[in-house]
Amino acid sequence: MTNLNKKDKPASILIVDDELSVRDSLTKWFKEDGYRTGAAADANEALKKLKPGIWDIIFLDIKLPGMDGMELQQRIKSVDPNATIIMITAYASVDTAVKSLKEGAYDYVTKPVDPDYLSHLVTNAIKQKRLTSENIQLKERIQELYEADQIVGKSPAMSKVFDMIKTVAPTDTTVMIKGESGTGKELIARAIHSNSARRFFPIITINCGGLTEGLTESEFFGHEKGAFTGALYRRKGKFEMANGGTIFLDEVGNIDAKAQTDLLRVIETKQFTRVGGDEIIMVDFRLICATNRDLELAVKEGKFREDLYYRLNVFSISIPPLRERRTDIPLLCNYYLKKLANSTNKPVTGISPDAMEKLKQYDWPGNVRELRNAIERAVVVAKGSTITVEDLPIPSTSEAVAQDQSLEAVERVQIKNVLEQMEWNITRSAEMLGIDRATLYNKIKKYGLRK
Amino acid sequence: MKLYILPLRFTDKELLEDLSSTLFNVFKLPVSLLREPFSLKEGYDPVRNQFNSTWILSRLLEQASEESCKILGVTSVDLYVPVLTFVFGEAQLEGKAAVVSSYRLRDELYGLPKNPKRLKERLEKEAIHELAHTFGLIHCREPACVMHSYTYAEEIDFKSKDFCKSCSVLLEEKKR
Repeated sequence: MTNLNKKDKPASILIVDDELSVRDSLTKWFKEDGYRTGAAADANEALKKLKPGIWDIIFLDIKLPGMDGMELQQRIKSVDPNATIIMITAYASVDTAVKSLKEGAYDYVTKPVDPDYLSHLVTNAIKQKRLTSENIQLKERIQELYEADQIVGKSPAMSKVFDMIKTVAPTDTTVMIKGESGTGKELIARAIHSNSARRFFPIITINCGGLTEGLTESEFFGHEKGAFTGALYRRKGKFEMANGGTIFLDEVGNIDAKAQTDLLRVIETKQFTRVGGDEIIMVDFRLICATNRDLELAVKEGKFREDLYYRLNVFSISIPPLRERRTDIPLLCNYYLKKLANSTNKPVTGISPDAMEKLKQYDWPGNVRELRNAIERAVVVAKGSTITVEDLPIPSTSEAVAQDQSLEAVERVQIKNVLEQMEWNITRSAEMLGIDRATLYNKIKKYGLRK
Repeated sequence: MKLYILPLRFTDKELLEDLSSTLFNVFKLPVSLLREPFSLKEGYDPVRNQFNSTWILSRLLEQASEESCKILGVTSVDLYVPVLTFVFGEAQLEGKAAVVSSYRLRDELYGLPKNPKRLKERLEKEAIHELAHTFGLIHCREPACVMHSYTYAEEIDFKSKDFCKSCSVLLEEKKR
């Protein structure tokens, strides 16, 4: 019996038995196997040593002075439902042992126990525990993947970004992702993570823009029960959760001075203590951060620590805004159309040429996120199988004019505006435009305008 | 630091001498082979027909007057700790004393013909294993490392007398 994986934290075993010789010999036996051990002589001592998540396995003598093992088992389950309980019984109390199995104990051993049996029992219990928690993690991950968007783009600017992801992903280098809001910085971070050796471990996102002042440290490093008012339970911080995986700091430019110092320390030492605790926790993580602010300027203005900036800005990837890669717009539109039509169960299959033209012309200040929302809305409001200009929530006038200053484009926009103003009354619109009705009909046809 | 070997109802002198020289080679410590120091009578459990190894350890410790020394009791009787059916041996983790038994290492216990060579090898491995515990080494995942823990006698034959690389580095560190 050996502690399964040296890289993992050693598993922990609590032995609750009123017989000193049993406590001592089991403690010793498990210590030699590299487990973290603890012992308690009765229920009270055991409950004092019990905190959620502290003990992986608890050996529990069925006969204890005061509160017996059966009752204690229930108390333990209420404090830490995930603890694996193994009952210790003398030959005479097998009936009770069976009862305790029904109450949710993992197994029971009869004193004296065969060393080989004990060793397999503990190894299997730990294996099962690890598999269970891995299973939960994997399920969460599948959910994440299922919901995740893909990075879409064939423009030269995006090809460059893809190349950079490919280069940096397998390394453990810290990556800084720069880009306007909505360009998909988190997607890039996830792409880097899922192409790295850490992909089977979690990627934990911290949205630095949403951190409450004063709670940042607890968010980063977790806290012990009672560390501050309202800290009713011990809580793991994001860095602890990311052990073995990746930490993604979104909007890293928004963190305050104190958090900057904390961050710098954990990056340099890879260790920290929980708020209100004194146990030093070692973590192994890769750091990816993202910002839409000009951090260099913030450094110059003294708002962002220079040393931290250099720690974060080791390898930087800039994502171009959508208006600088317009050739990707049709690709993105069709990608989202397919995806959203599927998820909303609407038979929308295409985008009309003039609607596509409009999508291509628009400046997209909210970038891909805005485009995705525009398509989503269009899919919902579309009446037929094709998205038309009318379905698009894009402001029609000024932006379009600003985009295309040709006389034709200006004319098209002006005619459309007037028609809308006059509620498509052709006579009055033609009057207002100073042209005759036939000319207006021709122009409507030419520009593909529709009510 | 010195290493003392104490026979406890162990009469095979040749085996003891071989063990002494093996331990000297492995631990690079001066080894003294002493005489039987005390009777095992009090450590006997008539119900189990076995001897309490934890009791033996505490008696061995009484023999350890020197500040820094290791004491290994070698016995032919069957050993137990209260919660387990048997043990091959027991040691104080990062302490002074260890005990090892040849009782369950003998092939004849399992209905096989006597095999003195195999017994010698098994006893050496278990003695090295228990003594290394007194230096603070714990069980190792390497199947061939002497610090790997096996619970069947025939499995002891899988491992070697040697420490794996990381255990041997650890032992050197602990010896300092």
